[in-house]
Amino acid sequence: MAAKFKPGDRVRIRVGSPPGHFRTPAYVQGKVGSVERIQGEFLNPESLAHGGDGLPRRFLYLVSLGQADLWAKYPASLQDKLFIDIYEHWLEPA
Amino acid sequence: MDEHDHPHDAHAPIQERDQLTEYEKLTWAIQALLVEKGIITADEVRRQIEDVDSRTPAQGAKVVAKAWVDPAYKTRLLADPKAAAAELGIDASSVNILVALENTDTVHNVVVCTLCSCYPRPLLGLPPDWYKSLNYRSRVVVDPRGVLREFGLELEPGIEVRVYDSTADMRYLVIPQRPLGTEHMSEEELAELVTRDSMIGVAKARAPEPRPLAQAAVPH
Repeated sequence: MAAKFKPGDRVRIRVGSPPGHFRTPAYVQGKVGSVERIQGEFLNPESLAHGGDGLPRRFLYLVSLGQADLWAKYPASLQDKLFIDIYEHWLEPA
Repeated sequence: MDEHDHPHDAHAPIQERDQLTEYEKLTWAIQALLVEKGIITADEVRRQIEDVDSRTPAQGAKVVAKAWVDPAYKTRLLADPKAAAAELGIDASSVNILVALENTDTVHNVVVCTLCSCYPRPLLGLPPDWYKSLNYRSRVVVDPRGVLREFGLELEPGIEVRVYDSTADMRYLVIPQRPLGTEHMSEEELAELVTRDSMIGVAKARAPEPRPLAQAAVPH
């Protein structure tokens, strides 16, 4: 399968708390960032954590978010960023 | 409390705690079952612990020092850190994907795992307790400059701070900047300046000791 997003794409990180294990921290949910890099395809940790086979593999993306977009009190004059790895099923076009 | 205002007994007997925690009990029970069923041997467990304990930040330091003195190696390290580590005899195969992040005059990288304690163990050994603390994990993403200041690192506003939250299969290693005044130093000497904290990104590499002045140059 081909990756749904490419570097430079604007993406919104989905909001959700599915039962069991997931690796998308609450503080980035609902936030918009940019795809920096496609990290590759990996076994899905949400399945692996509960004895599953992790299939189908999921594309993993390095997503960057402006710190000032992430936190209301962050000084907007700074160029600081957060980089975080997010699996494809947690992303939607923004 | 001053540590010298109470009597010490240097020969106090070393006592085992008599209570195991729930997780320790669980670990021992699972290990005993796996050994009993012949899935793993006690010697394999021992060897694994020995391997984990043998990993120290000296491994990462060797990689960084080589990258400082050898631009071609640095290029290979940034392109494929696991292969570059293997060139120096460091086995990082237990890591899914290793990523090297280069600090520059304009970008400062710092690594955290907000969800647990993901860490490039083959190169840095076991993470320090503060790296696993809720305090560091929750605060470094919200206020990285404030947390770095607590570590003694003040960054100019013009420097872009990049926090890497390692939530998945990647493990991040920071390549700190080579300190000024180290042109005369050998790769081995340089490796001494590359600390664990500088490879997490909460500090710069250690500054070199001032060079002793030649006797003749000292005015009497």
